[in-house]
Amino acid sequence: MNLRSKVPAGPLEKKWDQHRFDLKLVNPANKRKYTVIVVGSGLAGASAAATLGELGYNVKCFCFQDSPRRAHSIAAQGGINAAKNYQNDGDSIFRLFYDTVKGGDFRAREANVYRLAQVSVDIIDQCVAQGVPFAREYGGLLANRSFGGAQVSRTFYARGQTGQQLLLGAYSALERQIARGTVQMFPRTEMLDVVLVDGRARGIVTRDLVTGAVQSTAADAVILATGGYGNIFYLSTNARGCNVTATWRAYRRGAAFANPCFTQIHPTCIPVSGDYQSKLTLMSESLRNDGRVWVPKARGDKRGPAELAEADRDYFLERKYPSFGNLAPRDIASRSAKEVCDEGRGVGETGLGVYLDFSDAISRLGEETVRDRYGNLFEMYQRITGDDPYRVPMRIYPAVHYTMGGLWVDYNLMSTIPGLHVLGEANFSDHGANRLGASALMQGLADGYFIIPYTIGDYLASTKPAKVDETHPAFREVESEVKGRVTRLLSIQGHRSVDSFHRELGRLMWDHCGMSRTAAGLKRALARIPELRAEFWRDVRVLGGEEEFNQSLEKAGRVADFMEFAELMCLDALHRAESCGGHFREEYQTPDGEAKRNDDEFAYVAAWEYTGDGNAPRLHKEPLDFEAVHLTQRSYK
Amino acid sequence: MRITLRVWRQLGPTDPGRLETRDVPDVSPDMSFLEMLDVVNEGLIAAGETPIAFDHDCREGICGACSMMINGVPHGPNRATTTCQLHMRTFRDGDTIVVEPWRAKAFPVVRDLVVDRSALDRIISAGGFIGVSTGSAADANATPIPKTVADRAMDSAQCIGCGACVAACPNASAMLFTAAKVVHLGLLPQGQPERYRRVLSMVRQMDLEEFGGCTNFGECQDACPKEINVAVIGRMNADFLKASLSNRDEAA
Amino acid sequence: MHWARAFAESTIGKKIFMAASGVILVGFVLVHMTGNLLMFQGPAAINHYSAFLKSSAPLLWAVRITLLVSVAVHIGSAWSLTLVARAARPARYARHHAQVSTWGARSMRTGGVLLFGFIVFHLLHLTTGNVHPEFSPSDVYGNVVVGLRMPVVAAFYVVAMIALGLHLAHGVSSLFQTLGLNHPHWNPIRHRLAIVLAVLVFTGFSTIPLAVAFGVLR
Repeated sequence: MNLRSKVPAGPLEKKWDQHRFDLKLVNPANKRKYTVIVVGSGLAGASAAATLGELGYNVKCFCFQDSPRRAHSIAAQGGINAAKNYQNDGDSIFRLFYDTVKGGDFRAREANVYRLAQVSVDIIDQCVAQGVPFAREYGGLLANRSFGGAQVSRTFYARGQTGQQLLLGAYSALERQIARGTVQMFPRTEMLDVVLVDGRARGIVTRDLVTGAVQSTAADAVILATGGYGNIFYLSTNARGCNVTATWRAYRRGAAFANPCFTQIHPTCIPVSGDYQSKLTLMSESLRNDGRVWVPKARGDKRGPAELAEADRDYFLERKYPSFGNLAPRDIASRSAKEVCDEGRGVGETGLGVYLDFSDAISRLGEETVRDRYGNLFEMYQRITGDDPYRVPMRIYPAVHYTMGGLWVDYNLMSTIPGLHVLGEANFSDHGANRLGASALMQGLADGYFIIPYTIGDYLASTKPAKVDETHPAFREVESEVKGRVTRLLSIQGHRSVDSFHRELGRLMWDHCGMSRTAAGLKRALARIPELRAEFWRDVRVLGGEEEFNQSLEKAGRVADFMEFAELMCLDALHRAESCGGHFREEYQTPDGEAKRNDDEFAYVAAWEYTGDGNAPRLHKEPLDFEAVHLTQRSYK
Repeated sequence: MRITLRVWRQLGPTDPGRLETRDVPDVSPDMSFLEMLDVVNEGLIAAGETPIAFDHDCREGICGACSMMINGVPHGPNRATTTCQLHMRTFRDGDTIVVEPWRAKAFPVVRDLVVDRSALDRIISAGGFIGVSTGSAADANATPIPKTVADRAMDSAQCIGCGACVAACPNASAMLFTAAKVVHLGLLPQGQPERYRRVLSMVRQMDLEEFGGCTNFGECQDACPKEINVAVIGRMNADFLKASLSNRDEAA
Repeated sequence: MHWARAFAESTIGKKIFMAASGVILVGFVLVHMTGNLLMFQGPAAINHYSAFLKSSAPLLWAVRITLLVSVAVHIGSAWSLTLVARAARPARYARHHAQVSTWGARSMRTGGVLLFGFIVFHLLHLTTGNVHPEFSPSDVYGNVVVGLRMPVVAAFYVVAMIALGLHLAHGVSSLFQTLGLNHPHWNPIRHRLAIVLAVLVFTGFSTIPLAVAFGVLR
């Protein structure tokens, strides 16, 4: 396997311009002769499909939701970063680049991140032109807010619904192309495999979720924009449908999977309330600006918050990080909460929660001011928990939120399978080991609007793919494999539901490959996963038929892939004997409990190659060279 | 708590469908409505019966997938709340809850509580966009937009496309959905060049999809989980009238 | 398609036709009601007024035709929109709870049908006299007093005016919305105006059958 990153030569700030000039172009008249498949209709997929349609390619876009507008990008709350420097506070492309590389704990590719920072400014222009109603000042100009990990205000936002507004912008551009006939949309259609012909990605096999029909679609290039795999933990802030199937199937066909163990945990989510829980809801991080995080000092103290005197409370973030206090970065805040809960000092029925208390803020600022700042969030909290945060402290707990790992891509966003491109959260590229707030939206749109439209042209122009259609035997073969899997899932007729397996897998992963990891725990998980997988294939109960609308069957296929992927994730976490960003190995920490990176041995991207069922995956390393930034240890003391 | 669920079961568009009664003995008040259905489904699977199909995804009130008529009200009794954020503590022990799919000719039932809402996508496709191709945009701050205008545009832009407005309307009208987009884009300077063309083609598509007309009941506004105001419909009406008179070629 | 036809065939176009014809009809109702109140000034006043209205045949017919066309457009649009609405929801809900719609809004269709029946009767009763026991073309006052002396007829007139009041209570506020004259600032005024108008029209018209019934007008 060849991990050629294809990063162009030359100075960092000239690389993308030079590369764009060097990329081959497809003649406008020839574009419509090329068919491009886009899987996924989130920020990356919708923006790519729309833009390629505008350029004149023949685009086929697939999503499993009933409408492309429902992709999970819709749920992003906070905002989108861009190096506009509208606030005149010292921002620049270089600073955004630097913050992102540092925030990612130096595990991202410099050239990609620099390009991301460069095109960030174009994204905002594009979105405003599309009618995205970003927040504005009275003077009519765009407003900005600051976000974690940055000392400048560069985040653009639309109330607490920035992801929704950006996605609806991309979706409207997509719908415009659908009306013009350049994009053909396939909603409620799930991709179940990639088809390779002569070593190149030439199409996909899908299942129509309404009729159950398994079908092939051929193309000249395939783009996966299928999001992250946070749902491997069963409980996460992801939508219920988010899954690893598309990227996992691509991996099994030869695409390298990079850094699968890099997952991000968000510190401020509403805690689990019972076994039936299906989803964790994120509360904006901004709450930590005025809320104080605490737990009882004594273990097992079951008194209510009002009965605990000041002296009985441990404001553990303020105690451990006096200068950042409650505003410590996501990973640190999350881990500290886990620690105190592990000590038996957690609050709430499950003991897995810490208080986020606004009583000081209310007495200092008055209830009105607090309502002004956080009114919507308080309402949402009350809607879900039934508690009034103006009277009772909120309870929060960390939850899985985003996955930095993904399919390995080169500078052109192409995976190790020629013709298979990967965008957005589905690829591994820009966030290293930890993603900064408001950067996911930026990356999804950068990939879709401003990068893939150039690089895919180069792929098509330089390879000039031969004509292949769905009658090619390769399609027949993959189709029958897919059908075989579907039939097998339905034929087991065991005793346990898909959800019960998924919940068990999630619990296992959360315990051993979650917020903090140890070699021993990971080994335990690695021993248990194959057993659980075997149980699944022996005892799962999927009811209903093959050729009908069957939601259990959809879930079963996704969970089956999570069962395989889990092993790779643990393997990657075990091999990375260092702590960095979202990956915290308890064996590798500084004396005062901070993450300890090992740049000498692990400054590389771990890209895993599939070598067949039952065989260990092969590790390939793409070394990371840092020319523009200096590697430093993060400190928030 | 214990509830009785009367839930609509329908195999497909041609099946007549029926209400089925289920006793649900083990409901926790902290469950969301969808989690209650998850529990019911687990029970059905254990008993070897096919689970109830329902659309859902984000479960945090923004994707617009969940779509249920709960006791005759879209998304249930709470204001500004989608089904996924409705919690069982809203109900009382011993309640009977009737759950049905959205009902409209334009929303054919796929299965059980799942309906096909692609008609809404086609309305957007007809004109719910600003025709600006990637890369051709001016600097984002080149055109200042008064804060009040941007805020009002955002009020309309919040629509999640769930279809509760259609479900609630006695005429099964999609006016609130259509108007929300017409007004969002029509308020912004960027949306002006296509403003009248947009309203004509979106309304035409809305009618082609066989939604009913608006008779100003106001049920849609009450049902809307994002509290979009019917004032947007008035504004769309005015735009439509003006467009029909001034853009006769487009209107024809 | 011709733009006007496209407009007329759209659901919004139909609503705008309904609103526009509604404006004309509301205007007529107000003038009619004001004229009716001349009854209280005695036979001479109302009969003189009636003669004045009929003094110019072309003008009279112009008004009549305008009214007929308005009624036709109003009913035609309503009919067509009702058919569209019925078709738009072929399967009904087992349970449906209207949350906010008013009595006025929900009674528009049945109320409209009742009003149409009333108009036909009223024309045959007091304009052409076909269903009037002692009709005299020149004695409006006498026609009214004699015509409304039958309690059933008087009651029908009052009931019809209740229907008219309800129709206006929703219709007048609704027509502003339909014509796009909707602003959060003015909406409360718009709703109040509709209620005031509805009460005014009901009271203004109903006083006459009631006055006849209680012997004030004889």
